[in-house]
This record gives sequence, C-alpha cells and structure tokens, in this order.
Amino acid sequence: MSSPILKLIAQRVALGLLLLLAVSVLIFAGTQILPGDVAQSILGQSATPQALANLREELGLNAPAYVRYFRWLGGVLTGDLGTALSSRQDIATAIGGRLWNTLFLAFWAAIVSIPLAIILGLLAVRYRNGWIDKTISGLALASTSLPEFFVGYLLVYFFAVKWQIFPGISTVYDGMPFLERMKAIALPATALTLVVLAHMMRMTRAAILNVMQSAYIETAELKGLSPFEIIRKHAFPNAIAPVINVVMLNLAFLIVGVVVIEVIFVYPGMGQYLVDHVAKRDVPVVQAVGLIFAAVYIGLNIIADIAAIVANPRLRHPK
Amino acid sequence: MAKAPANGSDLLLDIRNLRIEAKVYPPGEAPRTITLVHDVSLTLNKGKVLGLIGESGAGKSTIGLSSMAYGRGGVKITGGEIILNGRDIRKGGTQGIRALRGREVCYVAQSAAAAFNPAHRLMDQVVEASILHGVASRAEAEKRAVALFRKLSLPDPENIGKRFPHQVSGGQLQRVMTAMALCSEPDLIVFDEPTTALDVTTQIDVLAAIKEAIRDTGVAALYISHDLAVVAQVSDEIMVLRHGKLVEWGGTRQIIKEPRQEYTSALVSVHEIAHEEKKPDASPFLSVRNVTAAYAGGKIKVLKNVSVDILPGQTLAVVGESGSGKSTLARAITGLLPPEQGSITFAGRTLGNRLAERSRDDLRELQMIYQMADVAMNPRQTVGTIIGRPLEFYFGMGGKERDTRVAELLDKIEMGRGFIDRYPAELSGGQKQRVCIARALAAKPRLIICDEVTSALDPLVANGILKLLLGLQAEEGVAYLFITHDLATVKSIADSIAVMYRGEVVRYGPKSEVLKPPFDAYTDLLLSSVPEMEIGWLEKAISGRRMASAGN
Repeated sequence: MSSPILKLIAQRVALGLLLLLAVSVLIFAGTQILPGDVAQSILGQSATPQALANLREELGLNAPAYVRYFRWLGGVLTGDLGTALSSRQDIATAIGGRLWNTLFLAFWAAIVSIPLAIILGLLAVRYRNGWIDKTISGLALASTSLPEFFVGYLLVYFFAVKWQIFPGISTVYDGMPFLERMKAIALPATALTLVVLAHMMRMTRAAILNVMQSAYIETAELKGLSPFEIIRKHAFPNAIAPVINVVMLNLAFLIVGVVVIEVIFVYPGMGQYLVDHVAKRDVPVVQAVGLIFAAVYIGLNIIADIAAIVANPRLRHPK
Repeated sequence: MAKAPANGSDLLLDIRNLRIEAKVYPPGEAPRTITLVHDVSLTLNKGKVLGLIGESGAGKSTIGLSSMAYGRGGVKITGGEIILNGRDIRKGGTQGIRALRGREVCYVAQSAAAAFNPAHRLMDQVVEASILHGVASRAEAEKRAVALFRKLSLPDPENIGKRFPHQVSGGQLQRVMTAMALCSEPDLIVFDEPTTALDVTTQIDVLAAIKEAIRDTGVAALYISHDLAVVAQVSDEIMVLRHGKLVEWGGTRQIIKEPRQEYTSALVSVHEIAHEEKKPDASPFLSVRNVTAAYAGGKIKVLKNVSVDILPGQTLAVVGESGSGKSTLARAITGLLPPEQGSITFAGRTLGNRLAERSRDDLRELQMIYQMADVAMNPRQTVGTIIGRPLEFYFGMGGKERDTRVAELLDKIEMGRGFIDRYPAELSGGQKQRVCIARALAAKPRLIICDEVTSALDPLVANGILKLLLGLQAEEGVAYLFITHDLATVKSIADSIAVMYRGEVVRYGPKSEVLKPPFDAYTDLLLSSVPEMEIGWLEKAISGRRMASAGN
C-alpha cells in the first residue's frame, strides 16, 4: 500500500549516507591540505628531522593518503575517533559528555522556541496586517537582526550582572541536580531561542499565508468556520511540509551552530570543544567534531524530507 | 423587464438594491473604487431555482456570494438589503453571518478539485458544516452523507467518503461537493458554474444529478452559469446580467423563446456561425501517419496509431473529452513529444520527430495558440515586442520595417496601432487571445494549431475570435488544427473532423459526413451531450443515451 513512500524514504536515507561519505572525504582532504602534519604539530617548529621521521613512522603517516583515510574511516565506523594530540585523551570519550551537554541545551531551546514560533506564526496569520501581526513580525525581525553574541551579552548584562537572577557563566558538571542545571542553561537557552525564533515564525507565517490563498480556504469560510479554526484545521495541515523544513534547519543550527553562544557562556559543549582544539591545531579532534556536525545536519534534513513526504496525502494515499 | 411574482409567505431570499464595490489597482494608475453590482434586486421563493447568467464581469458570482454576505478579495457589499428568511443578514454581525454560512446557505464552487482541502478525507469535509452548526451528530451526518452520495449516483457510496480529493475524478468531486452543500439541509444553495470545468459528456451526468437532488430535497438554488443552455435545464426563472446591471428577468421559457432585450437575444443565438465546408480537393501538406506516443518512458500510451491529414487553407477540428489525446497530438506534430512510432510528413518530406532535428523554417511553418492567452505571453513585454519577436527571429526584421509589420498585424486582428505600447495585463481576455493570434501569424505559418483557444472566453467574445480566425484563413490561406471539446465551435469552423476517444481516432472525415448519422456510440454520446436551448432537453438526452461517459 505505501510502497511509493517506502521507496522515496529509502532513496532519501541512501542519499544521506552517500552525502555523509562525501563529507568525510572532504573533511579528511581539507585537513591534509593544511601546511604541516600531525607529527610537526606534536613536536613543534624546532623538532629535528630525525625525530619527525620517527614519529611519522610511529603514527603511520607515511602511508598513502587513501590508506590513511580508510584507516580513519574504519576507526570512525567502529567508534574509535582517535586520540587528541594536545591532551593524549581518547576523543570519543571526551566528545561523549560534551555532545550530551550540547544536546541538552539544544533540546530545551527547541522545546521553548518551536511551539512558540508556530503559535506566534498562527497568531500573525490570524491577525494579519493588524497591529498584533506587525508587533510580532517587528520583534522577530529585530531579534534576528541582532548578532547572537550581542543578544548573549545583553542577557548577561541584565540577568546576571544587573539583576543577578541567573548565572552569567553556565558551568555544568556530572551529577549536577536537574534544577541547578536548568538554572545554569537558562541564559544560553534564551539566547538561542531568540536567535532561531524569528526565522521559524516568519516561515510559518509565510507558508500558511500562501495556503490561505487556496480555494478550499474560501470553502471553509463559507461553511461558517471561525478564522482561527480555518487556520488550524484547513491551512496549517497543508503548510506543514515547509514548516517542518524550517524547524529542522533551526534544530540543526541549535546543535551545530552554538559555537558562539557556548563560548560566551563558557558552556562545556561541542562548540567550545571545537573552538579550543582549532586554536591548538588538534586536527583529529577537528575532524571528528566536523564529521559529527555533518552527520547531525544531514540526519535532521533527512528527517525533514521524510516528514514532508509523509505529510503529503497524495504520496500517503496513492490513487 | 418582468418582475416575477413573489408570494410573501414563500419568500426565502429578497435582495433589494444591492450595490457591491471593489478597490482595483490598475497598473501604473492610482487605486480606485469600481462598482461591480449596480442596485440589483431579486427575490427567490422557497424551493425555486433562479438562474443567473451573463459573461465574466457581469457580477453573477458576486451577487450569488452576497447571499452569504461574502465578498471575494477586496470586494465589499456597500449598499442595499439582503433579506434571508425574513431578516437582513448584513445586520447580524460576524457571528450572525457565520451562523448562516454552511447552515442556511451553502456554496458549490466551479472547481471542486480546488475547493476541497487536499489534506482531509472527503467525509470529514462533507459533514464538517453539519457538525459545526449542530444540525446533526457525526454519526447522523455521515449517514445522511452516504444517502446523498447514493442519490447523486456516486460509485461505492458507502466508502467514497474515506477517499482523499485527489483519489476522485473531477465529475465525482463536483457531485461530492453538491452532497456537502445538501448535507446540512440548507434553505438555499449557490451553484457557481458547477459544470463549467467538466467535459461535455460528464457535465450532463452532473447536471442531471444536481437537478434531481434539488427536486427531491426541495432546496432553493441560485444557479450561476455563462451557458444559457445549461441554466435553462435547471432553472424556474432566469436573470440576465451584464456589467453588474440587470438586463432581463423572467421565466425560463420566456427568456429562451421570447427574449425581450437585444442582449438576451444575442446570448440565445450566439452559438452558430454558418460555415460552408470546403471541398477536400487539394492534396494534404501535412500528414500524420500511424503515430503512437507515450508519456512516462513508454508506460502511458496517450496516442494509439493516429493518422490524420491537413489540407492547405482548411481546418481540421480534433474533438474529444479531456484525456483523449487531443493536445498530445498537437505536441507530437510540433515535435514537443517525439512519437514512439509513425511519422509526420510536411510538404512531401518527413519531419524530424524531435524538436532539435527540425530546421528553423520547419518551426516557423507550424505555430501554436493556447487556451490561456495570459500565461502564453511575457507579462513584462509590450504587445509590440510580443508580436515583433517572431519577425526578428524568423525574418531578421528590425527597426521601422518590423514596426510597420506589427502595425499591419494589429490591423488584421482588428485591434489598431494604439495597442503597440500596451502590456498584456491591460488587455481583456479576448484582446489577449487576438495578440496571440497575431504573434502566430507574424511567422507566416502554413499551419496554426489552436488548442482550446476559445474555451476560456465568454460566448460572445469567443464568437468574435472564431470569426476573426475564419476571416484570416480566407485572407492568408493558413490551415488550422483546431483542438476543442466544444462541438458548437466545431460546427462553426471545421472543414473536416477527427473525433478522439482514449488516444484513438474513432471517427474521421469531412464535417458533413462525420456529423451525419448513423453515428458510432462515442460520437453519438458526444453529440447528444451538448446542451441545447430547449426545456426538457436534459431528460430527453439522458434517456436516449447508448453508452456512459468515460470520465465521470
């Protein structure tokens, strides 16, 4: 019954995996193009040629690039992301805790921002061109126009420094009580919400307004439905695909785009980890984090595609 | 102007001095308010059907929708009283209006395919208003809906409600929409061109179903159409409108048999142009030989072994319902859809199947005119640029020479040189189609393919276009391949006719022979489905049919 759907979904997943493979090649190639190699980075500028040669032999850096690529890829597939050069720590272990922190922050930012954006979008359509719509759109535009670091510092200034409601530095540690943790992430989560809210809200509004031109909206009006019922029951279900798309894009941003916010609030997440190790020229870590970010991005976009396919009654119920 | 008698107790709808205005934004001018409906009054008794007829812009739909206090887009009801069941609905406020929509008055739209929400099952949409207004519980409403589906002769009435709109054909959707309107047992239904978008063979079924449903439920109706023959089948009275003003109002028999106004007479007699068939004496310059064509990589065969000839300076009409392969034949001839088998010969040589294999001169000889003139032109180009383009492209004309030729062509299409600097948006539907004709003529082609070129136009305007095409044929000796589903048009313009059904030519020959009995079953169905301006035609036609239509 749903064979065309299954086929489409299988296509999307296969395409996503292929894309991820291509990205891994790109990441690997990119780090190879950089001047100097791992041995040079470890031993520093003053290393003797003999010491370099020994270390290269030890790390297997003399093998051709494609061999090293497959060795790296094989490690990634078996959960071995390698060892960080700077700290000699296992990257997978280090990333484990930080990825969880990033997801925790992204989750709470998403829980607040997605429903809020959609509700505000619906309200803006219901009172379109009125003062409510203009206020919502204006505030949304203003919050997008401000750079995220500015929003972050603004929050820190008012909530941490002036009124001292929330901490300005979001320190979290293992075994921290839940409420403490929530209090710690309040400001970065708010900043993230403000950053992604406007985009989602405006796209929701635009998608629904587009559907509001349809003849079936007139049919609903002529049945005597109230304006809000019309939007909820007749317009929104047909606008769901573009809305899901923009929601997923922003979810991806919440996970991979938090670098700036994490640095501002000194939050121990993936973004901060990445920035730290870029500064230390720790190539294996940069590779690993880049690959994980790419996987998250591609994965969420596949989910958006699949959701859009499933939301289409023409595909769900073929003739 | 006969005022129909309105008995007080039976009075359902009483519209008095209705005035409707809209704000328009003409290109390059300041917005201004125009009046769409000028002080029109009408009355409708319970259980009666009033037909509203006129060309586009006459205000038919606007008046129909005013009975639900609804104005499309920027349309506003600015004056008059709309008294429904004894009260002025405009004084009821938003709540009052919402309470009557879908309860006392229901609406059937022209395109049910667009008017149903693609995201919900039909049944949920059919019973929505009944449940909303508390007319029935969901179970009762669904039971009533199934009964209505059965009455409207929908297939599988128990289960059709479980389908989504895209899973049901256009004719069936139109009937489901009628069931949706009837489901909440309203006092009045506004039918807004409910059969206009359908094939002629499907229209007759839907029309019969609507008529029977109106009779059996005793609902009153405003039946809006531009086709007087259709309106005459279902209405007790007919109101003729033009430019938002009342022209004539009377009983159906009086309007079609003894029209009192000149405009009404023009509407009644619009269909026929006497066209003498040309003798098939010359040899054909374009022959389609055993062409088979398919979409989706050969899976869906849309043309099966089709052969037709086109004679110089003559018209071949291709008729059939939608999906019969008429337009695909045009695409095969022009090279847009390369045939899988068969060949097309032109002036003694075989034309390349694919567009890329044809020379520029081959392309010049075959021109096309489309149904939708407004989307066939670049809205940002002036009429002069549009008509001048083929002159530059095919003949390398420029400057004064081109401008002179454009002016000549504008004269030929009876539009005058003043239009050179106008944009398509400033033209009426008929004028746009004339510009498209001039553009095709500019290439000096031997054949113009006309794909439903009059279908989107009002009858009187369409008539003007047909006369223009006939005149140009006499002057320029150009041949036409005239694709249409309208048999009246065929009679007016064709020299020979090919009847197509499911990708095959089922009947082909000179007009006089094709239209002479005995008919094959499909041609008979097609001919007998064309509405005639005759009271009782519908019943006669239905009882006399030999086969059911394919696409209902």
